[in-house]
Amino acid sequence: MIPRYQKVLFVILLIAALGMGFKLWQLRDRAHKRLLAGQTLAPTAAPVVAPAEQATLVVANDLDDSLAPQMHSLPLPADPGARARAVLGKLLDLYAAPESTHEIPGGAASVDQVFLLRAQGTKNSGDQLAVVNLTGTFAASHPAGLETESLTVLSICATLRANLPAITQVRFLVDGVERPTLAGHADLTRTYLTSEATPVEGIKP
Amino acid sequence: MRWSSTSALLVTLALAAAAQQTPSPQSAAPAPGPRFVVIIDAAHGGEDTGAHLSSGQLEKAANLALSVRLRSLLTARGFQVITTRENDSFVELNRRAELANHANAAACISLHATESGSGVHLFASSLAPANPTRFTPWKTAQAAWETRSLALAGAVNSALTHAGLTVTLGRIPLPGIESMTCPALAVELGPQRDADKKVTAEPDSPDYQAQVASALAAAVLEWRSDPNRTGARQP
Repeated sequence: MIPRYQKVLFVILLIAALGMGFKLWQLRDRAHKRLLAGQTLAPTAAPVVAPAEQATLVVANDLDDSLAPQMHSLPLPADPGARARAVLGKLLDLYAAPESTHEIPGGAASVDQVFLLRAQGTKNSGDQLAVVNLTGTFAASHPAGLETESLTVLSICATLRANLPAITQVRFLVDGVERPTLAGHADLTRTYLTSEATPVEGIKP
Repeated sequence: MRWSSTSALLVTLALAAAAQQTPSPQSAAPAPGPRFVVIIDAAHGGEDTGAHLSSGQLEKAANLALSVRLRSLLTARGFQVITTRENDSFVELNRRAELANHANAAACISLHATESGSGVHLFASSLAPANPTRFTPWKTAQAAWETRSLALAGAVNSALTHAGLTVTLGRIPLPGIESMTCPALAVELGPQRDADKKVTAEPDSPDYQAQVASALAAAVLEWRSDPNRTGARQP
């Protein structure tokens, strides 16, 4: 014979369990709907036509082993990462053009992404490290040689420094992963200091 | 008779031994001078082909051909030459530096070739010169030899220019060379061009390579007699 108070307690606990189960299902359903709504309504970056500005591109010349600054007008986004990508894209467009002084096929599409991070090991907290992610196609089609590969790396570093002075260090990735060299010669495993890539008329020792 | 023949034999042997011990003026070897070792490093090799030259040849083959020419010229001038590779084999950068460092070399020359640019490109490491220390970091060992590497680059530049070749000088990161404890530089042969920038000689052209090898040998000869050059092991 089960006491009456135990029957009442059992019924109360059963009702509470069913109520909590229902509430849990409701919350889960609400969270799922919120997630779906969030994905649908996520703001996508609208193509903004940035105003044209003057940018300094440090252009390499294979014939005299020099890096020379050139002024170019191009649309520059406000976001520093996008800005860095835009100037590098323009630089590589110059290299892909006919009659280039430093011929490399590929153009602006060769710069996949540019990430900006806080630079390590510097005194100034505002210093930034730019991680330039190049495409595998660009690396595969780059002419091989100590001079030509070094000029490409140094001109990228110098161009970043000229337009975004906060960038003091540059690292390179190819298709998102580290690679020993660009095309067999220029070392891509190290961190390059932009201060060492200043434009000069012929890199003299 | 037996005694006389035996004694004659002993006398002959004794005379022969005495003759071997007594140096004759004609066979006296010159006093050995200070050891001067030159390392010639033909870059790439094996699966690492390097650049594809316009002539269709691979950079690794052009480098090896120039290495053989330069070795012959330096050996003929009395230098002790060590090459990092004698055939189409892959040698790691660290192994090349080990060879140079164990040899206590007085000059290390890494040979490259490219289809871009013009003339001969000379490169020294971009490491900042540093004072020598008892223990040197492997990746920046060249820093203590940087000043002398630049002096060697100056000697090579003079010799190449004197030979009528176009030369550009530079300082760039050089992973293999930066571990070498000797005056070191990279020599990259680009195509020879005329005033209209048209190619007149490819980097693997035998005549062009002979001209460069001859100038490099002259530069090393000058480097050996340089009064400012100090011992190889002590920068």
